[in-house]
Amino acid sequence: MADLRTLHDAILEGNAKQAAALTQEALAEGLAPLDIIQQAMVPAMDEVGRRFECEEYFVPELLLSARAMKAALEPVRPLLVASGIQPAGRVVIGTVKGDLHDIGKNLVAALLEGGGFEVIDLGADVPAQKFVEAVQSSGAGIVALSALLTVTMPSMKSTIEALDHAGVRSRVKVIVGGAPVTQQFADQIGADGYSENATAAVALARRLSQPA
Amino acid sequence: MSPLDTWFNGRTLLTDGAWGTELQVRGLEPGRNPDHWNIEHPDRVEDVARAYAEAGCDVILTNTFRANRIALGEGSGALAVELNRAGVEISRRAAQGRCRVIASLGPSGKMLLAGDVTPEELTEAFAEQAAALAQADALLIETMSDIEEACLALRAALPTGLPVIVSFAFDAGRNKDRTMTGATPEQAAAAVEAAGAAAVGANCGSGIAAFAPLCARLRAACRLPLWIKPNAGLPEIVEGRAVYRTTPAEFASHAPALVAAGAGFLGGCCGSNVEFIRALGAELKRCALS
Repeated sequence: MADLRTLHDAILEGNAKQAAALTQEALAEGLAPLDIIQQAMVPAMDEVGRRFECEEYFVPELLLSARAMKAALEPVRPLLVASGIQPAGRVVIGTVKGDLHDIGKNLVAALLEGGGFEVIDLGADVPAQKFVEAVQSSGAGIVALSALLTVTMPSMKSTIEALDHAGVRSRVKVIVGGAPVTQQFADQIGADGYSENATAAVALARRLSQPA
Repeated sequence: MSPLDTWFNGRTLLTDGAWGTELQVRGLEPGRNPDHWNIEHPDRVEDVARAYAEAGCDVILTNTFRANRIALGEGSGALAVELNRAGVEISRRAAQGRCRVIASLGPSGKMLLAGDVTPEELTEAFAEQAAALAQADALLIETMSDIEEACLALRAALPTGLPVIVSFAFDAGRNKDRTMTGATPEQAAAAVEAAGAAAVGANCGSGIAAFAPLCARLRAACRLPLWIKPNAGLPEIVEGRAVYRTTPAEFASHAPALVAAGAGFLGGCCGSNVEFIRALGAELKRCALS
């Protein structure tokens, strides 16, 4: 009998290999993909979020758990698609032009994937035009922009402007984050959302994905 | 005992302010790695260094924060060496013997714990950078968030024989008193003291108001001199540029509290400039007289 508790703990402890193996095992035994997700994976990531809030977990632990979650989801995803279950949404993510920092962006990408989103990761130092093209080709509903440097924050604004000029701004919700970024700044540049940390970014993406 | 003990003479030493924003005033494209200018525009980099030397700094840094092969990108070992050597030469020329030159080493930007980089790769990159900076008076490993990376960098830098200062960015957690990876001031101070640092510190972070308590906690946790270099608050974007709302006078008004909390070196990080450093210098003089 597959042990969902152990799977839960493997994700919580960031053990990607074990999480993937336990998921395979559970599927092989005939457990329903949705049951595995709801009984083990989601509660594990909820607990990760709780530990982050109470400062038991910090960024490295979040990243490891998110990776374990992603690894566990890997074998489940095709089954979900086959049974007609849609991803939570599609997100184009990247660190804006001029900024090579990708730790925060990777973390948000991993947590979004863990949260059931399909993530198109454009990497770091991404020119505005690349975001535009990715939105056009993928039909993503959310664009997530990251910047760590104060000097590259203006690139967030020019990326939003490029989306606007290309006529795709109204199709997407733009969310922004990164150490120097604030709600006030997000408002100033006309972003649709800001979150202070990676776990809140997932909740934000969920909220913005709801049909209005 | 720290090899830096003889530097102080009973007073807090004035260090410099931000470089990136000063270089932008001189034409550096926002988002460009400023360290490349050590080769492309050494005159403008020297201009910034000289402005700080003339503002009365006891210590100026070098424009080498991002000049390690990991942060610069693949195949950049030779470039890293060149940028670092040039960085020290530029600051030396600007100092003209008026002040000391401490060479800056920043984080790799990769996370050890997540397996993005190995300890061996970090050691190699920091050893290479430290060796290329060895003509400075001391080395500063700054804006660190991971104790393990900081200690690897420290051990890689010690063979230069120079005093090595290690400074962390405490900007995470509910009270903004942890590094991004969760390290407390107590853990950071104890770890780098044990590993042979000449001083420990806090820089960048979330604005100068948070620094007196951080400084006091570092003071209580180790016997090393303390390096304190706060940000001038968080920026707002005005007409496409980052603007910091903290004024030089507000910034400098925190100096007495920081000196009282044990700051041995005091300067400014992101958002500060020559005005901030002049104001801070004046305040430090008043502290020394009182």
